[in-house]
Amino acid sequence: MTQRPLPEITPETRHFWEGTRAGELRLQKCSACAQAYFPPRPFCPQCGSRDVAVIRASGRATLLSYVIHHRNVPGFVPPYSIAVVQLEEGPRMMTNIVEVEQTPAALRLDMPLEVVFQALNEEISLPLFRPAASSPSARGSVA
Amino acid sequence: MKPGSIAIVGAAETTDLGVIPHLSQIQLHADAALNALRDAALKPADIDGVACAGEMPTNVAHYLGIVPKWVDGTSVGGCSFMLHVRHAAAAIGAGLCTTVLITHGESGRSRIGALPRTIPPASLQGQFEAPYGIYGPPTMFTIPVLRYMKTYGVTEAQLATVCVVQREWAAKNPRAMMRDPITVEDVLNSRMIAYPFRLLMCCLVTDGGGALILASADRARDFPRKAVYILGTGESVESPMISQMADFTSSRAFRVAGKQAFDSAGIRPSDVDHLMIYDAFAHLPLYGLEDLGFVGRGEAAAFIAERNTAPGGKLPLNTNGGGLSYTHTGMYGMFALQETVRQVRGTAAAQVKDVEVAVCHGVGGMFAASGTIVMADRQP
Repeated sequence: MTQRPLPEITPETRHFWEGTRAGELRLQKCSACAQAYFPPRPFCPQCGSRDVAVIRASGRATLLSYVIHHRNVPGFVPPYSIAVVQLEEGPRMMTNIVEVEQTPAALRLDMPLEVVFQALNEEISLPLFRPAASSPSARGSVA
Repeated sequence: MKPGSIAIVGAAETTDLGVIPHLSQIQLHADAALNALRDAALKPADIDGVACAGEMPTNVAHYLGIVPKWVDGTSVGGCSFMLHVRHAAAAIGAGLCTTVLITHGESGRSRIGALPRTIPPASLQGQFEAPYGIYGPPTMFTIPVLRYMKTYGVTEAQLATVCVVQREWAAKNPRAMMRDPITVEDVLNSRMIAYPFRLLMCCLVTDGGGALILASADRARDFPRKAVYILGTGESVESPMISQMADFTSSRAFRVAGKQAFDSAGIRPSDVDHLMIYDAFAHLPLYGLEDLGFVGRGEAAAFIAERNTAPGGKLPLNTNGGGLSYTHTGMYGMFALQETVRQVRGTAAAQVKDVEVAVCHGVGGMFAASGTIVMADRQP
């Protein structure tokens, strides 16, 4: 199967992809206004300060919204979810919800999720999300 | 810009619309431009300002033999032409040029001479969205909707009703690609594309183009057609990534552009006789009606279901049939502007009675950009 489109790492995003390869979800946080943010850039999008630090996110999130795509796309088996999750730290990110049925009944908005990492090659590991272990709709228990 | 000081004095679409495999993209620009020039009784040599999106203004000016002293290549997606109208009005008002040609041409369906559609893998979207299986607008523009539906209790049937009502308008328009009546059941039974979006909730993919010519309102009587006056304008952008849209139930770009347009025109929603809201997908009119202040939060679906925007309703909306049923080349905003001009001139296929003030609202990208134009049949 042809692979998913691969991201091309830039100097400003290297910490993020090094993090996922090491099994960490990394965000950035502004030292001036305390805002956590994503996607990566070496300054705060809220206040413009360059005084920012890389932080390790908890990996916990909730399901903000999604679609279930039904057409054929290289690297994917339809139907598959394309979702945006609300990270515990505040920022949002696009992802796929995995290890759960790809149905409206199983994919409930606001359900708790946790990050998992899928290695695409030696350089790129992609953050995906699955139902959180404590969630009633966790893996295998979906009706 | 003083309200009403600039006018649209020429407007036309391409001769053919829908499937045009015998014309390349640059010729679609030219075909629309030549039709608009004829509409305004002008020659290319009379044009001193050029704006377009998709193609660079360099290409269009050279191809048409125009020597511009003002150019605008703003390209923020399907609403680029609303921004061109705004920028052109400001430029004419500032004396930078006198007669501006704005063109759109896109071989969206036949892909003749079309530009490649790629997401650069090093861009933020390439790194943080493309790896998740996004595949064109139906997989991105649609993502916020489940959140909107949950927040306001909107049903899939209500979403489908948007398409049904717009098909009623399209049925009155011989140039609309899809004219056969449809029901809510037809929409909900059409092929699933990206849940909750079925095929009939997604726009068409067509070939076509359009062009506008703007000049100072002082010259309005020099042209053969009834002038359409620019009362107010607005524009904004938000994020190139749908995942970074701040609020999935409301577009910031819509709110900013809409408020600027209404405030600069000195109008309120209750003053509006005719409305166009760029409908790449069935939910766009819902967000537009709410973000422009025509209805309250969460009220748009019921407003449409109650037939307020349908033929005979108090707020005629997307009267050409919209991107869902009329045509959608990829950057549909030009066709929304053309319909607004026709309605204000009184020459539309599904003509609304006595249109004095009309609003044309565009979107670019996936809620990434917006432009709003208020037009009127007279100077204030």
